[in-house]
Amino acid sequence: MTSVDLSVNIAGLKLKNPVIAASGTCGYGRELAEFFDLNRLGGISVKGLTLEPRMGNRPPRIAETPAGILNSVGLQNPGLDAFIREELPFLRTLDTVKIVNIAGNTPEEYCLLAERLSACDIDAIELNVSCPNVKEGGISFGKSPEGVKRIVSQVKPFCGKKPLIVKLTPNVTDIGEIALAAQDGGADAVSLINTLLGMAIDIYSRRPILGNNFGGLSGPAVKSIAVRMVYEVSRRVKIPVIGMGGIVKGEDAIEFMLAGASAVMVGTGTLVYPDACLKVLEGIKDYLEKTGHKSCHDIIGKLRLW
Amino acid sequence: MSRQLTGRVIENRQIGQDVFKITVESELVSQNALPGQFANVRCGRGLTPLLRRPFSICSVDREKGSFDLGYQVRGEGTRLLSETAPGSQLDFIAPLGKPFSACGGFDRIAVVGGGIGVFPLLFLLQIFKCRESSAFLGFRSSEQAVLLDEFSRHSGRLVISTDDGSLGEKGLVTRAFERELDKRAFDMIYACGPVPMLKEVGRIADERGLKCQVSLEQRMGCGIGVCYVCACKVKRQGKEEYLRTCREGPVFWSREVVWDD
Repeated sequence: MTSVDLSVNIAGLKLKNPVIAASGTCGYGRELAEFFDLNRLGGISVKGLTLEPRMGNRPPRIAETPAGILNSVGLQNPGLDAFIREELPFLRTLDTVKIVNIAGNTPEEYCLLAERLSACDIDAIELNVSCPNVKEGGISFGKSPEGVKRIVSQVKPFCGKKPLIVKLTPNVTDIGEIALAAQDGGADAVSLINTLLGMAIDIYSRRPILGNNFGGLSGPAVKSIAVRMVYEVSRRVKIPVIGMGGIVKGEDAIEFMLAGASAVMVGTGTLVYPDACLKVLEGIKDYLEKTGHKSCHDIIGKLRLW
Repeated sequence: MSRQLTGRVIENRQIGQDVFKITVESELVSQNALPGQFANVRCGRGLTPLLRRPFSICSVDREKGSFDLGYQVRGEGTRLLSETAPGSQLDFIAPLGKPFSACGGFDRIAVVGGGIGVFPLLFLLQIFKCRESSAFLGFRSSEQAVLLDEFSRHSGRLVISTDDGSLGEKGLVTRAFERELDKRAFDMIYACGPVPMLKEVGRIADERGLKCQVSLEQRMGCGIGVCYVCACKVKRQGKEEYLRTCREGPVFWSREVVWDD
């Protein structure tokens, strides 16, 4: 029996614990459900969705790096209609916070996605303005404060009562400024970091390993950058921050929470251990018990700088 | 249904140049795995290499409750795996992927394997009982030729080709296979090996109106279908799409694979 209160609140949503499966590493939930009970998650952010089906980039789409991976999937997904028809019925059966990550080529597409999804049985919308693997849209909205503020303020009215979480790219000079712009535009929360743009080369063929030449770096290799960015963003904005980047165990999550994250997302870790989220959750609980804290709120943002 | 498991390593032995076979204890895998399926193995214990490595299941021993994986040492992950001592615990997810189709109840089958692509085909011959089976195996040279005794035991006819002629006949395995087709009829072809070989086997099968399944290799992330990195381009109902090699594959009908992606 646990005496620790693991629940957290984000933008009006109550999560039973702070661990969320990150978009792009948990499909639409069904495959992971073969490995553990998804109802134990604080939340699940499903694979990035576009209005029309998207084929994704040419393979290879993955390269391994020291303690990390580069991916260039390119938002392969079946499109909104197929999602509602084929994936949503399963998601609806879950007793966890359901977040749908959306991406568009134009502001109109983002708005249409948000409008349709706001009428669905989901809990929140995550605005993907940070995917490094697609040519149009996505990241092109997310790299400047003006661009972020504009797209967020355009999409927000179409979200109805659903909280809007804006997922930020680390491929900018000042992520704090971008987060502030998201808040000004009406975001209810921000999540960060998406992947860092990278490249890996096969020295014998003298070609990039990825079919798309570039890809997004994730995994433990990016953790310290992500923690620093979560810290910077938490200081600048009033809205809740969801932290991610290389979390594979409880101690990693605690770093993010101390830096100011109200919740965390686990992504690359799930690719190695399908139940990585549960391991992270157990680790958080152990830490709270060991340090004599009663709730997650006791440690969120409680970093003491030198 | 696949599971994340640990199993004791019974044996880990070099069977050819850079080629190994590891035997792992697992009641669940030995009872449930089907030919064409794979295990996704955590080769090291640290953060590098981070990802698991997928290996074809090469045979199962249902009485002893164990299974074999064949692999070639290519990089850091497989090097670590080759150093895994008997008695230690292996961390793996299995059985994964779509198996070869046996539902046709085929009478006469041919398997065509190249290099380390021969592994799943041995398992297939071990499990799929049919009236007549022929195995066509190609290797670069005799040093790379593996599991010949096992293949000979489980197939009615075994034809070996090597690129340098150091074993069997000199030349491509697809040539030996095509020549045999002039003499003999098959109602199902199963192939696994390098892409140029698979493409050629597919062409030969297509030309003669034979059913043919191929097992593909692609750089994988999770192995369980959540990350969408192991894309394989296929054409279904006139439409090209990327399917997951780990989930909708690794076995595909050869005529639906878009080879020149």
